[in-house]
Amino acid sequence: MRRGEGIFSRMDWLTVLLFFLIVIFGWLNIFAAVYDESASPSIFDMSLNSGRQLVFILTSLVLIIAIMTVDFKFFDTFGFFIFGGVIVLLAFVLLFGREVAGSRSWFELGPFRLQPSEFAKFATALAVAKMLSSTGFRIDKIKNLAILFALIAAPAVLIILQGDTGTALVYSVFLLVFFREGMSPVPLVLGTCAAIIFVLTLLVSNHLYLYIGIVVLAAVVIFFSKKTFGRIALIIGGAIVIAGVIRSVDYVISDVLKPHQQNRIKALINPDADPLGYGWNVTQSKIAIGSGQFFGKGYLNGTQTKYDFVPEQSTDFIFCTIAEEHGWLGSFVVVVLFIALLLRVIFLAERQKWRFARVYGYSVACIIFFHFAVNIGMTIGLFPVIGIPLPMFSYGGSSLWAFTILIFILIKLDAHRMQVLVR
Amino acid sequence: MNESRKYIIQLVIVLTGIIFLVKLFSIQVLDNKYAEAATSNIINKVIEYPYRGLIYDRNGKLIVFNTPQYNLTVIPAEVKKLDTAKFCEVFELAREEFEAKMKVAEDFSYVQPSIFIKQLSNKDLARIQDHLVDFRGFDIQPRTTRSYSQPVLANALGYVSEINKRQLERDSADYYKQGDYIGQSGLEAFYEKQLRGRRGVKYKVKNVRGIEKGAYADGEYDTLSIPGENLVSTIDLDLQVYGEELMKGKSGSIVAIEPNTGEILSLVSGPSYDPNRLTGREYSKNFSEISQDTLKPLFNRPLMAQYRPGSIFKIIQAMVALQEGVITPNTRIVCNRNIIGCHGPHSYEDLVGAITHSCNPYFHQVMRRVVNQGKSEDTYEDTRIGLANWHEHIESFGLGAPLGIDLPNEKSGLVPSVAYYDRAYNGEPWKYSNIYSIAIGEGENLVVPLQMANFAATVANRGYYYIPHLVKSIGNSGEPLPKYQEKYYTSVDSQYFDFAVQAMANVVESGTGQYRAKLKDIVVCGKTGTVQNDPMPDHSVFIAFAPKDDPKIAVSVYVEDAGQGARAAASIASLMIEKYLIGETQRPYIEEYVKKGEFIY
Repeated sequence: MRRGEGIFSRMDWLTVLLFFLIVIFGWLNIFAAVYDESASPSIFDMSLNSGRQLVFILTSLVLIIAIMTVDFKFFDTFGFFIFGGVIVLLAFVLLFGREVAGSRSWFELGPFRLQPSEFAKFATALAVAKMLSSTGFRIDKIKNLAILFALIAAPAVLIILQGDTGTALVYSVFLLVFFREGMSPVPLVLGTCAAIIFVLTLLVSNHLYLYIGIVVLAAVVIFFSKKTFGRIALIIGGAIVIAGVIRSVDYVISDVLKPHQQNRIKALINPDADPLGYGWNVTQSKIAIGSGQFFGKGYLNGTQTKYDFVPEQSTDFIFCTIAEEHGWLGSFVVVVLFIALLLRVIFLAERQKWRFARVYGYSVACIIFFHFAVNIGMTIGLFPVIGIPLPMFSYGGSSLWAFTILIFILIKLDAHRMQVLVR
Repeated sequence: MNESRKYIIQLVIVLTGIIFLVKLFSIQVLDNKYAEAATSNIINKVIEYPYRGLIYDRNGKLIVFNTPQYNLTVIPAEVKKLDTAKFCEVFELAREEFEAKMKVAEDFSYVQPSIFIKQLSNKDLARIQDHLVDFRGFDIQPRTTRSYSQPVLANALGYVSEINKRQLERDSADYYKQGDYIGQSGLEAFYEKQLRGRRGVKYKVKNVRGIEKGAYADGEYDTLSIPGENLVSTIDLDLQVYGEELMKGKSGSIVAIEPNTGEILSLVSGPSYDPNRLTGREYSKNFSEISQDTLKPLFNRPLMAQYRPGSIFKIIQAMVALQEGVITPNTRIVCNRNIIGCHGPHSYEDLVGAITHSCNPYFHQVMRRVVNQGKSEDTYEDTRIGLANWHEHIESFGLGAPLGIDLPNEKSGLVPSVAYYDRAYNGEPWKYSNIYSIAIGEGENLVVPLQMANFAATVANRGYYYIPHLVKSIGNSGEPLPKYQEKYYTSVDSQYFDFAVQAMANVVESGTGQYRAKLKDIVVCGKTGTVQNDPMPDHSVFIAFAPKDDPKIAVSVYVEDAGQGARAAASIASLMIEKYLIGETQRPYIEEYVKKGEFIY
């Protein structure tokens, strides 16, 4: 195989197919979300989100062609430059950006609006991949790990400063990539435990039960583990820390989180407590999804989304539209499409001999997975409402372009996997 | 190294997908709650209030009709940039009132309309209409209120007001909603089902801001409102107005009935009130005023005031005795005033004389003959048999039980029965000498004016009556309720009624009625009654019907604390007869005498 020849024959068409299925499906549902039967508009109407999304789709084709023509070494070579550039943009947007709904994350150039934080995802993936694939890089060294954490913390902190905590949270998913590349599972396990304890603390109103549970659990663990002094001390110490976490939850909720963030967590625990207030989004989202039943109400026949009961219906809550109009069958198709894409991306990542490409592939899978899990999770009340889009599905140019770049860089790298000399 | 970790990651991904699909299956397929919530989300029930039925008098004159009024509604979420000061000025509200009302509306719902100000009149609307465009979120909802062409007949018509909590709880058919109007008394209450019509409901699809987006399911579940049925009343409005005029300043009642149909021509209760006062915005204020009035204008005397029948009862007693065959018209009895008092110079009358002079000892004896017919050796037992028999006769005249007029709260009066005396004497034996005062219409006997008018009608008909009623035609049927089309016969034969008619004709021709009840061209039959009312002056009572041979009207008149029946009551009864049969009185001095109202001298 010669370089630059037959790039289309070497592309992984299954990934491309899954990508476009999701994009097209999303586009049709964006139209459904904004459809107003009294006006009976066209899907191509440029004043509607669906018309504009089509433009975004067509422009992303240009991006795809550009990525496919660029030398595949470009992404490796310029990985840090791209990352650096995006960091600068993120800093700039803080200074010159336009504030929309409380977050300063948009550049406005005439009619165009660009959200740099969307592009920071693939840039960070490139930087992380480059760092991990550098010669002699050992992830078990504290110093190296610190560098990796700094890489993901930099964009995350800037994005938090913009006021977009949801997008910043995406960067936590790189822990999964690090885990795949050999990082100890302890941070992941600890993080997950902390989250579980946090939620349990909110769910169980009488904390005494939790304390009793911790004592019992610690006793059981001590009973089954090696009874050395150090181990026992460690377990008891851990139990005390966990009890401390429980004690601190109230403090975290009321003093650290902003009011709207507190409400989102409260809504998750009990959306019925204030269905017209903070529980509104979750309640209405569940009503829309639940009312779709098995077969759905039919395309363009959804009432909850059409009549604006569901907020942000063409962006963050787009899943409601499909679940309402196409029922469980539609939900099934969407979930399966995403799972299939994710597994395929991991398959691509695993077949790379070049560590850069593999790490990048895992980053792609994990970023999409995080969006998918959090987005659908929040619409069905399994997650707090965190405003991040459903990849390729939700309305939005920046988001669609960013995911297009994210995925097609991997396809590009994969297409050239035979040309890489294993170092 | 770390090869197994790729499986862990894939497992996490697949597990997440499975958790989502299971959760989605549970809320989409297993749980119906969300589908129902979705329907209630988008559906706006728009209620169309039907037009309440009208009420006409027997000659087609309108008595009760509807006038539009307007409720000001508010959707709190749509209230924007409100100039509160201006608003309060236009609607004449205090700032605190405005805030209190707003809070109530907000507590009810932010996105659904609720009533802000009730019952604005046409005049109010004209004043505020131009300002309304400035007050976003406020809207006008048309409703109707009752109006009355004449300020009369208040107690018979009743009034309409918002349904109260207790009525809502009792509404087992679940028809009424909070804020609905319902007939509270009188015809409005009795014919509520016919008058109210049926509410229409339109299901509209609305968006999250409550803005209508068209009909739900193409209007498949909509129902049209059906206007209430009109009622044609038996009332003669002119006669009613005249009657109320005569009763002005007096306490009592006039009941006029058309004998051969049972149709009530006029039903006057005095004192009364203007029914227009119990409509519209002033309702609450006026209602508490009227209900606290010491003269009790809400007390519907023709149906609810129970009096002892007095001498009028002697006519019934005479007929029962004749029917039982214990006397004949020629039976003469000594006026023995040792047992029971009497009045006037007479000593040994026959039946006609005894009625004309209202001889008490005569009817004391007559009653004894009716009750003690020797059917048992034992006097006590004989009395029981006799009284039971007597009771049956009396009841057949529609006494002792509610007649069944088409108005609520009719009282039954009282005709003492065997069981009644057993209770009264606590099981001790009793006989005629214990109970004789009922012979002359005193003692335990009680009647209401309606029953007395019905009795006059029964005599006029020579033995039967129709249940007196106020509505002769419901809606398009042209007919009253079925029970008002049935004849009720008394247990006394028609021939004995001829005797009663003759006796009543004599009363007016030459007896106590001759001075104020006798008319020039019309033969009036009547009977005075004077009901003892110690220590206050007696109640003046008169029953009559006319003309004698083809009766068109039967009347009972009660004037409280007005002395002898021959004065106030006889005058009013005869004026009513004149008004109805001729159109006006030919005896202006009698009219003047009644209006002056000085009957005790």
